[in-house]
Amino acid sequence: MMTKNILVFIDNFKGEVQLSSWEALGVGRSLAGGGGKVSALILGHEVEDLAEAAFQYGADEVFLADAPALGDYRPEPWADVTVQVARDAAAAGNAVDVMLFPTTTRGREIAGMAAVDLETGVLVDVVDLRVEDGSVVATRPIYAGKLLSEVKCEASPQIITLRGRAFAAPEADPSLGGEPTLVSVELSPGEIATSVAGYEAKGGGVSLKDAAVIVSGGRGTSNNPLLSPPGDLDDDEQEIWKAQQGFELVEELADVLGAAVGASRAAVDANYIPYEYQVGQTGKVVSPDLYIACGISGAIQHLAGMRTSKVIVAINKDADAPIFKLARFGVVGDLFEVLPPLTEGLREALG
Amino acid sequence: MKIVVCAKQVPDTEATMTVEDGKIGWGEAQLIINPWDEYAVEAALNLTADHGGDVVVLSMGAEDETEAIKHALAMGAGDAVLVSDPALAGADNVATAKILAAAIQKIGEVDLVLFGQQSVDTVTGLLPVQVARVLGWPALLLVSQFDEVDPEAGTLQVKRTLEEGKQIVEGKFPAVLSVTKDYAEPRYPSFMGIRKASRAKYPAWGLADLEMEAPASVVSWTGVSVPPQREIVSEIIAGETPEEKAKNLVAKIMEEKVL
Ligand SMILES: Cc1cc2nc3c(=O)[nH]c(=O)nc-3n(C[C@H](O)[C@H](O)[C@H](O)COP(=O)(O)OP(=O)(O)OC[C@H]3O[C@@H](n4cnc5c(N)ncnc54)[C@H](O)[C@@H]3O)c2cc1C
Ligand SMILES: Nc1ncnc2c1ncn2[C@@H]1O[C@H](COP(=O)(O)O)[C@@H](O)[C@H]1O
Repeated sequence: MMTKNILVFIDNFKGEVQLSSWEALGVGRSLAGGGGKVSALILGHEVEDLAEAAFQYGADEVFLADAPALGDYRPEPWADVTVQVARDAAAAGNAVDVMLFPTTTRGREIAGMAAVDLETGVLVDVVDLRVEDGSVVATRPIYAGKLLSEVKCEASPQIITLRGRAFAAPEADPSLGGEPTLVSVELSPGEIATSVAGYEAKGGGVSLKDAAVIVSGGRGTSNNPLLSPPGDLDDDEQEIWKAQQGFELVEELADVLGAAVGASRAAVDANYIPYEYQVGQTGKVVSPDLYIACGISGAIQHLAGMRTSKVIVAINKDADAPIFKLARFGVVGDLFEVLPPLTEGLREALG
Repeated sequence: MKIVVCAKQVPDTEATMTVEDGKIGWGEAQLIINPWDEYAVEAALNLTADHGGDVVVLSMGAEDETEAIKHALAMGAGDAVLVSDPALAGADNVATAKILAAAIQKIGEVDLVLFGQQSVDTVTGLLPVQVARVLGWPALLLVSQFDEVDPEAGTLQVKRTLEEGKQIVEGKFPAVLSVTKDYAEPRYPSFMGIRKASRAKYPAWGLADLEMEAPASVVSWTGVSVPPQREIVSEIIAGETPEEKAKNLVAKIMEEKVL
């Protein structure tokens, strides 16, 4: 098999693109090489504008499936359309060799369903890949990154989801453009087995998975004996109140750095901060350029989620905390004392 | 209401993993239920406590891979099925999904199938969506909350997790769900539960019982390795006062040119 026709799923939520989609498009470009073709696939409703962006990031062709039935994401109709595009390409003699997805919620779901329909397999959350005998061999972390496995898929198309930030995003070239190829969608909203009753937005801020810098807080954020919480709170509430003061310092530092906020499981379990902020084996796996751990001991399950960060900084009272072994820089000290001058210092340094 | 919970056994998350002659090892570490699957068991137990019904735990693996079943039974699941057949060793995700789907069909009259979010060993997170696809049942994945479940009407409304926030979705039975960690803390097995689980009898089904051949697997491992140790030069930042340490740290961070 020659790797030549690449289909890249551009993940979007109501027109807002998950940035790792462009990284996937860049990988598609390098897999296709000179003679191959990279097509982008965009699904949703009123998402025509994304086609132009896809051309600028390097797509040769853009398939646009724009329909009311695709407005609220559901895996079934989105997978149906994706599979249809692959089947149509095969019928026209341009069978897709490799399908690329960013490893996002939607990416994983559609990749998984498409593999069932197209009788192939998925290589999930890949961090590196190479082409051998015309077919992709992918590297993916397993056992929380303690091991790396090499995997390949003998059927075609090879479906691959790519870990965010593992591959460089191409630069957009505003001089590029084109006309999208419209995909007809023969689904009415009523035919879909599930219906969407609404959304609950989550707190704003930078998304952990895309963040170049992350500042995380652990159980240490509640440990400041100098604070005196309001007297009418019970013990748990007092601890949470204290942790809120600690996380305020974490957030101020994150603001100055344009960073995302993260947390340890202990902080999540004690209700200092919601689960969506958890980094680690049972939270999010992240790989920023800079990770600053504040009041986090460095349990193996936490390290599993951030050990591939480029530079790790740890601030911890306990000089023996395991996090210091992984940290490029460690400060032995109280986060309540160290964070304010650190935030100020970085604010000045960054102008 | 009949709920099947799919669960598997994995090495303890603290385990040091090794590779020898291409074989993965975890030393003396314990085998445990996949931690994500405990949330699915917890949800199934709460749903049947509120609405009546039975929980059946379903696990595919080698004959002795029964830790997930034991733990789920000890938590309170009423029944279990192990699917085990030497021909299934090395099955990829799609093949595993077909087997689990066939077992769910054989269990019969299932209203909901609950999964964990993903396996901590192979971390693919594909099975829930693939089992749903094979069965042709709606997939309601990464559920953190059950807003409404009406077994009479056969309808449910759940909150599921997307990158952008929660999506509130309505669906009909039978459906396939996966449950996330922010659903609720899973209960600990009681002493009585553990005793009951250790004596429990449950069937082990092979391919013949499912009346099928081993499905083809197209994804294969060509190698596994321990990643090279990163050389990290650790440096404790000096300073008499927190302010001084902070100032020195700023200089060091700026030198790394990561900002
Ligand atoms: C199956 C399983 C999965 C898990 N998954 C995850 C996961 O995904 N993510 C995760 O994080 N954990 C996970 N854990 C939990 C993990 O084992 C640890 O319990 C957790 O990471 C500890 O969080 P922590 O470091 O905030 O708390 P602790 O271990 O209590 O550490 C707090 C640290 O703060 C320091 N400290 C205290 N006060 C201050 C202060 N004022 N200033 C500075 N430092 C201070 C202390 O010295 C200590 O080192 C998992 C565990 C299991 C069993
Ligand atoms: N061998 C298995 N037997 C039963 N259920 C499984 C098995 N492997 C995985 N699962 C379920 O599928 C979920 C996702 O697994 P995975 O797709 O392997 O990440 C897990 O959380 C379990 O609920």
